[in-house]
Amino acid sequence: MFAYLVRRLFLMLVTLFGISIVIFFLLRIVPGNIVDILFAAAGYVDPADKANLEKELGIDQPLVVQYLHWIGGFLRGDFGYSYVSEKPALQEILPRIPITARLAGLALLFSASIGIPLGVISAVKQGTKLDYGLRVVSLSGLSLPSFWLGLLILTASVAMFGQMPIFNPNPQTWLEAFATYAVPAAAVGFRSAALTMRITRSSMLEVLRQDYIRTARAKGASDAAVNYHHALKNAILPVITVIGIEAAFLIGGLIVTETVFNIPGVARFLVEAIRWRDYPIVQNLVMFIAVVVVFANFTVDMLYAVFDPRIRFTD
Amino acid sequence: MRSVWALAAMAALSVLTTSTTTLAGEPKQGGILRMYHRDSPGNASIHEGATYSLNVPFMPVFNNLVIYKQDVAQNSMDTIVPELAESWAWVNDNKTLTFKLRQGVKWHDGKPFTSADVKCTFDMLMGKSQQKFRQNPRKAWYNEVNDVTTNGDLEVSFNLKRPQPSLLALLASGYTPVYPCHVSPAEMRTHPIGTGPFKFVEFKANESIKLTRNPDYWRKGRPYLDGIEFTIIPNRSTAILAFVAGKFDMTFPTEVSIPLLKDVKSQDPTAVCVVEPNNVSTNIIVNSTAPPFDNADVRRAMALALDRKAFVDILFEGQADIGGTMEPAPAGLWAMPKDMLQSIPGYGPDVKANREEAKKLMQKAGYGPDKHLAVKVSTRNIPVYRDPAVILIDQLKSIYIDGELDVVETANWFPKVARKDYMLGLNLTGNAVDDPDQSFYENYSCGSERNYTNYCNKEIEKLFDVQSQETDINKRKKLVWEIDKKLQEDVARPIIFHARTGTCWKPYVKGVTVMSNSSYNGYRYEDVWMDK
Repeated sequence: MFAYLVRRLFLMLVTLFGISIVIFFLLRIVPGNIVDILFAAAGYVDPADKANLEKELGIDQPLVVQYLHWIGGFLRGDFGYSYVSEKPALQEILPRIPITARLAGLALLFSASIGIPLGVISAVKQGTKLDYGLRVVSLSGLSLPSFWLGLLILTASVAMFGQMPIFNPNPQTWLEAFATYAVPAAAVGFRSAALTMRITRSSMLEVLRQDYIRTARAKGASDAAVNYHHALKNAILPVITVIGIEAAFLIGGLIVTETVFNIPGVARFLVEAIRWRDYPIVQNLVMFIAVVVVFANFTVDMLYAVFDPRIRFTD
Repeated sequence: MRSVWALAAMAALSVLTTSTTTLAGEPKQGGILRMYHRDSPGNASIHEGATYSLNVPFMPVFNNLVIYKQDVAQNSMDTIVPELAESWAWVNDNKTLTFKLRQGVKWHDGKPFTSADVKCTFDMLMGKSQQKFRQNPRKAWYNEVNDVTTNGDLEVSFNLKRPQPSLLALLASGYTPVYPCHVSPAEMRTHPIGTGPFKFVEFKANESIKLTRNPDYWRKGRPYLDGIEFTIIPNRSTAILAFVAGKFDMTFPTEVSIPLLKDVKSQDPTAVCVVEPNNVSTNIIVNSTAPPFDNADVRRAMALALDRKAFVDILFEGQADIGGTMEPAPAGLWAMPKDMLQSIPGYGPDVKANREEAKKLMQKAGYGPDKHLAVKVSTRNIPVYRDPAVILIDQLKSIYIDGELDVVETANWFPKVARKDYMLGLNLTGNAVDDPDQSFYENYSCGSERNYTNYCNKEIEKLFDVQSQETDINKRKKLVWEIDKKLQEDVARPIIFHARTGTCWKPYVKGVTVMSNSSYNGYRYEDVWMDK
């Protein structure tokens, strides 16, 4: 297990190094830089002013020098300055991370707490009206884009109650915090919940057909014990995998949800930074997301071992 | 008896209404004006910006030497009032403009305002000082200024190469605040210091901008508001819903499109909404240095093919204006008379006849029913650019031109145009001041950085200077009409229409004036108050 862990950690470092190169060079391939955008906003360009500004920002340097400068700073914990706000990149990024993390966490919690039980119910009640109903719900969750769902929620709340959930940056109580994040988390988590529900259902159906389930029933185990102790425990592995993958893909949904609900999180900030070609923000933020995703995958692999004792990482 | 009660009730009601009106008419102190903002501005420095995303939130931080009256919708020479200057005078054969400055004005950090601040602001704008702006988009406004000189702490003079009456109009623009000498341009981008009615508190990119009342403002009793908070909401649907739901007191100025205005009024009938022109023209830019538009016949045919009314009807439900370079009347002060406008090829009411003429020109250029001209119509990837571009493509079909839409990200739009890497472009031109000097020199003079099409006509350029020096307004107007007509006939940058847009606020917000011939000059907010 220890050797496996060391190897995995080494591979993670190699992956992150590769990602850093891809992030850096992909961003440079995109046409236009911050100076072009600033001058586009001003509606003119003076070649001398442009050259001065490029020099001031260091984007006149060869790409390799720029990369080494960035990655060296990243490793030292020096994340540079935002080209747009001229504030330290870390100062811009850090306050936004908890907002998105809470939103993502709640969305995943929503996804798991709704998707898994409903998936189990759907499987156990296979072929009933309840099963069909839940399958329609899960299908709609996969079909409705989160931006549409978000706008629908907002429009409905304004039309029906004359009110609109608006982001509260400083919730004082748990209740306020929940009220702030619950609706957007539900909007973004609905798709994940639907996916989780479908995977749980199909995985459960497969397990419920196994001999050992029949044996458990023959031994007189209760339905609850069979479904939750024997079946779900064995059906959960693909579900965990899906939730892990969803955690990584959630960022896409969060960008839309943060835009629709006007939440000043890191996902929307990233899109804005890309629009401005604010390299220090984009590079460091994407790198941070890469670190999170790589660690999420690692955690999922570790969870496999926890949930399935047959899996041994000994080599 | 019943009628007596009814009369009494009506009388009581009318007394109540009258007293309420009287009370409502008295400005009240206090309250934070909550407004959404359409976009996160790149920085907070007005002198380095060219979008009203920047003017709207930061204009309240500053003062100019002079300013257009903030409670009059139409900017004109007659509505210019003193601000940091107490008075002004033209001397030396109209070649020197001297300002007497207000005494006792302090910057928001407590330092005194003096004539040195005026000098260093304009020296920087003219590129004469050590410190430089990162960007200086309106440098050309001061081409005729030789230098700015001070006479003691309270007098400053602009010495001109030749008379230029419009200088006063340019100085009255929201784009012309006076900056403090003791604060660097870099600091002004992140933490602006002004002398204005509101102090800068905080700017969180993509999140919010907060201003607070300046208790030491030189204009006693102003501002009425305790502060202004802008919440940045780029998603227009979310922003409008939030306004309807009462989360905001006001929409971002001129940001409610005509179709959206209906939604706002149906969902919030109490909202006060105004529709005004904003001196932004939608126009065509043509790369006349490369085929096929290096052929004047093709350019003229394209101009003749335009059905401007169709654009106005489709995009604005009829609520937009047709004109030349200068904003159409009655909001615009320099617009050609209607009969003169209609004498320009392509502006006449008979679109069919215009297109027949256009077809002949296209055939002369070698195109026809069997040989269509394929062009790429480039435009920015935002609806106000994209939507008219689609209609343009449809209209060009009628004269054997097959257009293909080429949407360009904002980041690449200007570099693409600057390197002439386009055939035909659909463009928007916003004018900061309704004055020919601003529009002509900026967009049509040879070598100007904002003359995207590199249009250069030395004869017309001479006329630019003649009108610029003319002090008789009526004579100047006639010259301006003549120039505008020639610009359209030359297909320099064919103007399709001038937009109109809406602004809404809650009924308790008082003292808002939306400028009708500028999008850049009406955001001091010192007279705005809330009746609640």
